Amino acid sequence: MDDTASIYEHEPSFYAEHKKVYPQRVSGTFRTLKWAILGLTLAAYYLLPFVRWDRGPNAPDQAILVDLPGGRFYFFFIEIWPQEVYYFTGLLIFAAIALFLMNAIAGRVWCGYMCPQTVWTDLFLMVERWTEGDRRARMMLDAAPWSVSKAYKKASKHLMWLVIAWWTGGAWVLYFADAPTLVYELATFQAPATAWMWIGILTLTTYVLAGFARDQVCTYMCPWPRIQAALTDEEALNVTYKFDRGDPRHALKRAAALEAKGERVGDCVDCYQCVAVCPTGVDIRNGLQLECIQCGLCIDACDTVMTKIGRPTGLIGYDTDLNIERRLKGEPTKIRLIRPRTIIYVAVLIAVGGLMLSQFLTRDEFDISALHDRNPQFVLLSDGGVRNGYTVRLLNKQLERRTFALTLTGLPGSRLEVVGVDPLADGSLEIGVPPDTTRAVRVLVFAPANAKASGSTAVTFEAVEKASGERIRVEDFFKWPGQ
Amino acid sequence: MANKEIDELSGIETTGHEWDGLKELNNPLPKWWVWTLYATIIWSIGYILLYPALPWFGGPTKGLLDWSSRGAVRQELKAARAEQQTLWDRIETADLAEIRADPKLLEFAMASGKAAFGDNCAPCHGSGAAGLTGYPNLNDDDWLWGGTLEDIKTTISVGVRAVHDETRDNAMPAFGRDGILDKQQILDVAGFVRALSGQATKGANLDDGAIIYAEQCVSCHGEDGRGNQELGAPNLANGIWLYGGGTQDVVVSIASSRNGVMPSWDGRVEPTVIKALTVYVHSLGGGL
Repeated sequence: MDDTASIYEHEPSFYAEHKKVYPQRVSGTFRTLKWAILGLTLAAYYLLPFVRWDRGPNAPDQAILVDLPGGRFYFFFIEIWPQEVYYFTGLLIFAAIALFLMNAIAGRVWCGYMCPQTVWTDLFLMVERWTEGDRRARMMLDAAPWSVSKAYKKASKHLMWLVIAWWTGGAWVLYFADAPTLVYELATFQAPATAWMWIGILTLTTYVLAGFARDQVCTYMCPWPRIQAALTDEEALNVTYKFDRGDPRHALKRAAALEAKGERVGDCVDCYQCVAVCPTGVDIRNGLQLECIQCGLCIDACDTVMTKIGRPTGLIGYDTDLNIERRLKGEPTKIRLIRPRTIIYVAVLIAVGGLMLSQFLTRDEFDISALHDRNPQFVLLSDGGVRNGYTVRLLNKQLERRTFALTLTGLPGSRLEVVGVDPLADGSLEIGVPPDTTRAVRVLVFAPANAKASGSTAVTFEAVEKASGERIRVEDFFKWPGQ
Repeated sequence: MANKEIDELSGIETTGHEWDGLKELNNPLPKWWVWTLYATIIWSIGYILLYPALPWFGGPTKGLLDWSSRGAVRQELKAARAEQQTLWDRIETADLAEIRADPKLLEFAMASGKAAFGDNCAPCHGSGAAGLTGYPNLNDDDWLWGGTLEDIKTTISVGVRAVHDETRDNAMPAFGRDGILDKQQILDVAGFVRALSGQATKGANLDDGAIIYAEQCVSCHGEDGRGNQELGAPNLANGIWLYGGGTQDVVVSIASSRNGVMPSWDGRVEPTVIKALTVYVHSLGGGL
């Protein structure tokens, strides 16, 4: 028999059937913690659009608002203009390093407790348990032939899922418009088409991702498990089955019999409770694996069993492989949270956060820019004088109307004209800029006839804000005829 | 005879394929992933049927929706033009001062005036309207035929020395070519004219020049040399020279006359476009 034939004798399947996971109900420390985080994060997500924040009459009073048509982002006392998008870049860097730090301390904390995929899947699972029963009941229901009762259970589950999914999409659009107004418009079917479209898209994604895709998202779609595996080290705490204590595994009675014979037996009674409660359906006793989101539910399950049979808890727990080796060698265990990796992450976090904070605290609320006319660069006038034209932009980030007095230095004997603005009695030019706005004015600079010069002369536009006396400046050039 | 082969190191089944002793592990793709691929293929069939997709003889297939990006642009342009039409209608009825007073009309007139200037006027006056020798700079404060809104509108409509019944017209004699003045006389009057704006001219007798100016030039250009916009006679006393202010330039202007031409735009562009052009040109000199 040659090699070619042997390939065709056993043809393994290259496509895996989807194995539905039926996570079992569990209670304990980590389940309680997860419920608390679920409650907090969902409450924040659904309620934050309704929180008000008074900014005076010239800005919206919604605490968190992405105003796309107006090009503004409001976050409580912070207001970001489009050109300040680097704050978001900073925020993303901060979030990434925070993720790395969490990972270096206690593994996939994000995945297990805070990721929206985990939180919404947990919520959808709660509905599933409520309508169809716990693990065994659900497995039997799925295997049973169709009946009125099965159809009723399934239909009510999907209906509740869709309602939750609709609210998820509904809450999302509230971040992009005045929430109470939009809720009223949605209720009276007057909301804009984009709102309905986005609610529709997010209803669909929530329904599919939390109802059906679930663990498949983490296992096949999400890049973080792969990155996480590359970033972890042997000192990071992870949800670990302590095989030094658990193995060899035997059922309770057999273990007693073997022990009576003087053989060593482990604490694990092979009850498979850790597998039954796992939302991704893995066996934690096989060690750290890609599919494990480290939610800690197997710890709760194992602790419950250990308490019941009177053995110490913590057979599964946050630990490191290094500690298992140390215990096997009879050495004391230790946990090193402070090590170069975590110190560097914290240092980078402080640096990025500090940079952003200092940028924010010293950020300019007024700004000026000047754009010299490109064609023509200068105009020779009938009295022999020379005129240059500029577009001057005055930026006012404050939520009140501000007035700027505009002057020019660097060109003796020159005169300034702002198109559409009449000079005051003392000759000064005052330009009002509406709240939270940039105003562009056309400025004409006249050089007198006797000021013969060639090439260009450096000039400076200066604007003084009347209320605060703050000065803003921009440098430019005055072009003369001839080189 | 199934001989399932398990890799010793990883505990994962192999595909059974072997290349030079290397075996591939079988980490199967989930079936829903494959179904997703098939779903996208089915989607693409619908897409191919509905939209232009396949290269074909005489252009790509049209698709059942008969959609094309060019057609979409045409639709958008049509909608934009319909929207603009209301503004054009208002420009047609409004007078020039009203256009300038209405911010929305002004913005529209400025934008469309600038576009029309680029299409029709820039070849002579330049894209920035800064002009050239012989072609007036429209940014300055010196106007041959007047710089008010109405003056500018008339000049654009009827042109200068153009084929139009009411065209702006005048004819300065070619004093040298027609034998009215001799060379020295021309130099003298050139010197006098240049002196009006404070320039000295070598070899010119200013007293003789003054007498010749009073005899030949004063009726159009005025006693003080400030010209006459009614007649289109240039101001000779300021710093702006359409054909140059050097001695030789002025001598040639007097000896041969210049008589530049601008076409009339009546009938060549819409009356509404002339209005928009007027508002735009008027703004260039800081009139806005």
